[in-house]
Amino acid sequence: MDAIILQILNGLDKGSAYALIALGLTLIFGTLGVVNFAHGALFMIGAFCSVTLAKLLNLSFETVDPTQKDFLGNPLKVKTPYIESWFGPEVGATIIDWSVPLAILFAIPIMLVVGYVMERGLIKHFYKRPHADQILVTFGLAIVLQEIIKFYFGANPIQTPAPDALSGVASVGGAVGLNIAYPIWRLCYIAFSLLLIGGAFAFLQFTTFGMVVRAGMADRETVQLLGIDIDRRFTIMFGLAAAIAGLAGVMYGPINAPNYHMGMDFLVLSFVVVVVGGMGSLPGAVLAGFLLGILEAFASTTWATTTIPGINQIIIYLVAIIVLLTRPRGLMGKKGVMED
Amino acid sequence: MGILEVKNVNKRFGGLQALGDVNLSVAENSCHAIIGPNGAGKSTLLNCLVGKLIPDTGSVMFDGQSVLGRKPYEINQMGISRVFQTPEIFGDLTVMENMMIACFAQRDGAFKMHAIGSMWKEKDIVEKAEHMLESMNLAEKRDMHTASMSRGDKRRMEIAMCLSQEPRLLLLDEPTAGMARADTNNTIDLLKKIKEERDITIAIIEHDMHVVFSLAERITVLAQGTPLVEDTPEKIKGHPKVREAYLGEAQVA
Amino acid sequence: MFGLTKKDLSLLGIVAILTMAAPFILNPFPTESAMAQFNAGYPDLMQKFVIFGIFAIGFNILFGLTGYLSFGHAAFLGVGSYSCVWMFKLLGYNVLPGIALSIVVSGLFALLIGVITLRRSGIYFSILTLAFAQMSFALAYSVLSNPKFNLTNGETGLQVYADDPQWFHSANLPDLPHLFGLSMRATHRMTLGGWEFQFNAGYYMCAIIMLVCFYLAIRIFRSPFGLMLRAVKSNQQRMNYTGLNSRPYTLAAFVISGMYAGLAGGLLSAVDPLAGAERMQWTASGEVVLMTILGGAGTLIGPVLGAGLIKYFENIFSKINESVLHSWFGFLPDGLEDFVITIVYPFVGKGWHLTLGLIFMLVVIFLPGGLIEGGQRIGRLFRGKKASKAGKSATTEPAE
Repeated sequence: MDAIILQILNGLDKGSAYALIALGLTLIFGTLGVVNFAHGALFMIGAFCSVTLAKLLNLSFETVDPTQKDFLGNPLKVKTPYIESWFGPEVGATIIDWSVPLAILFAIPIMLVVGYVMERGLIKHFYKRPHADQILVTFGLAIVLQEIIKFYFGANPIQTPAPDALSGVASVGGAVGLNIAYPIWRLCYIAFSLLLIGGAFAFLQFTTFGMVVRAGMADRETVQLLGIDIDRRFTIMFGLAAAIAGLAGVMYGPINAPNYHMGMDFLVLSFVVVVVGGMGSLPGAVLAGFLLGILEAFASTTWATTTIPGINQIIIYLVAIIVLLTRPRGLMGKKGVMED
Repeated sequence: MGILEVKNVNKRFGGLQALGDVNLSVAENSCHAIIGPNGAGKSTLLNCLVGKLIPDTGSVMFDGQSVLGRKPYEINQMGISRVFQTPEIFGDLTVMENMMIACFAQRDGAFKMHAIGSMWKEKDIVEKAEHMLESMNLAEKRDMHTASMSRGDKRRMEIAMCLSQEPRLLLLDEPTAGMARADTNNTIDLLKKIKEERDITIAIIEHDMHVVFSLAERITVLAQGTPLVEDTPEKIKGHPKVREAYLGEAQVA
Repeated sequence: MFGLTKKDLSLLGIVAILTMAAPFILNPFPTESAMAQFNAGYPDLMQKFVIFGIFAIGFNILFGLTGYLSFGHAAFLGVGSYSCVWMFKLLGYNVLPGIALSIVVSGLFALLIGVITLRRSGIYFSILTLAFAQMSFALAYSVLSNPKFNLTNGETGLQVYADDPQWFHSANLPDLPHLFGLSMRATHRMTLGGWEFQFNAGYYMCAIIMLVCFYLAIRIFRSPFGLMLRAVKSNQQRMNYTGLNSRPYTLAAFVISGMYAGLAGGLLSAVDPLAGAERMQWTASGEVVLMTILGGAGTLIGPVLGAGLIKYFENIFSKINESVLHSWFGFLPDGLEDFVITIVYPFVGKGWHLTLGLIFMLVVIFLPGGLIEGGQRIGRLFRGKKASKAGKSATTEPAE
């Protein structure tokens, strides 16, 4: 029982990353009718926002401490981050320690701007072009973004540790007689994702803005006839989708050290998630994200990998094939969306 | 017994009864028009005939064989050709190529792997296509891309492609919708000529009464998914129920 | 001749002459000159030109004619590579069985994937092919390289080891891929003045195979089958209502282009008997898309041209490092030199992929018809205003 719960938790944290990316992909596809191959790159940019913030916070100046000597006998050079000299060593160190959660605040405006620029600067011009062109241009953009990151941050993964207070292990389910040790940060990630997903749905469900966007997803032309400037709202929607992907990336850093190709790795799987969930269905995207994440976690257990080596790497694709052959519309796909 | 027999066809979309107990019989070599106000179920009925939709109940027989459950291309191969409301042609291919595709489909069936020989060396196809273009006055536009043709020419192109398949039943879905008067009259003349020259059954869905009364030998009036009356054009013109449901006094005159 | 029209025949002739004379044409600079770094007339690179040319020709049969954008064609390339090396391991180094098997296996693989992915079209199809390619990559990289069942040799890559059976290998045959004893690495060097030209057996074999592939592609383009494929791209609705079943047509195109890709993969192994999983990655699939689009999708010569250009620039750009840049811009004043180098540096050397991505975007944005269309536009510009005035009335399209 413990083992099963443990795998479900494992699945939920990877699954929530899939779900968040797939949610953004579906929003963009549903509103703008564009499949964004650069969406994985947004996830990656988010992750590198926290890397950048950590770097900025660690900017230091050097002082020579004459009272101490290093092992060569020279006076010891001490690096002090500016932040510690401004706020005092203790507050400064705490700020640095909490750089990943802080990066959320740092990343939101950046991601909104990145999303805005991307939509206004590039994707806008592709609404009327064939789908193949949209795919190709966003694909090219994904390569460019990932290469830029690689140029500035190098090809190796960069460790972004969680705050000390959140990097331990928590005991889960003690109240119901279970005893599972699980990293606190991963629990935070799951909670954060659920919050984000809930927020996005509430936003779409309960605000006028969300209502217009949902109406636009259903029937763009009619909404435009009503005199609503749907284009501007869609631009904001794109920014929001970018922010969701970015935040998913920010928080993912401590789970898996960010590297330049993480975007593409997640993108391909998120596409599969969208297809399994049903093209154009927001709940489908979220549901399929979690389901496939959990499935992958179970396939990663030692038992599974010794029975069928490498099953964890292909399980999602296999499920996708089966779903497509038996339910071509996906789990929650609507009729008429993306059909010939 | 007509060439096309529609019996007790029902089709619901959610709560909406699009077609309710439709019975229709189209006699061979006749021209049968189906008219009715917007939302009467004309297009739904047509889509049930060509395999795009499958009715919930009832049967659709063409020449004694059921068409239900068959794919559009299979139904076409049985001998039913469809002309769309907005002309559906191969826009980025030339007029001649469009024609040849239809000729190949008629000669070789739904699929044939002809990957090595040149298409221009298929003498019978080239001749037939040229002959067809000739007879439809499209010969001088032979190498033009069809996307750049006028609406009327596109319509003629589409009808020509359908005819080159030598169908036994030609289905026309509002063939003159959105056309200028001159183009409409040309299309009427063209269809009249086709009817005189060939053994062909024509079923036409139309809004424009001028077109309907120029061509049809029998008319079925559809309202709210059920046939209201079926009769000859003269009788339909005077039918009080039809006037009330659909035509309106001015249009009849 | 060959069942081609005069125009197609002269196109084939030009391509044939260019590929046969490539060792001369691609080596315009004397060996000792500073410009020699721009030469491309050495075997490795010339082999890549023609092999990726085959890959792109095949991809174009699918994408250029039917409009189905596959993002997973590298999977077939990889499968072809592995098949060929397996033939080396089992039968010996003669390339013919390897190449034959790579075509057959990739064809079957394409049939399997095509049957599933072609249930959908448009974006769906692109995503599905991408997913399948990534799955094949995962399979090749880890799943199929475990001690119990090692088909791909994982990260190391599949290669021939001394204890492999090689049933038909004998002592008098070269210990490298060969065609009935003629080693693929056999190179004849000819020195003329300051120039050195290299004639490599592997290159000529690949070049001849490419010409055959090109010839077959022309025949397919001009055949009734090719016409039907263009009909698929143009209007599937009309096609279905004209009594044509589009599914088998697209499937056939998919399998044919998969076989082309497999052949290219087999040839890659034939000139260098090492097959790695990285050949199947999405970047490789993206590359062939770019080659086709850069040259001009749907045109006959475009993809070959695109493949050549990409591979040439990849080679040149990757060679440029900081010291090369300093030697180039040394004539500039110091501050300016550093500035220029800072700007250029990210795009060269290891930054080649950045340049590739940018080219990709620029081509899609500004020149979706590729270089062939660009050339035609320029050609029209040069033909003068007279012609354009006369042509205007004919080409003006009525508003729709």
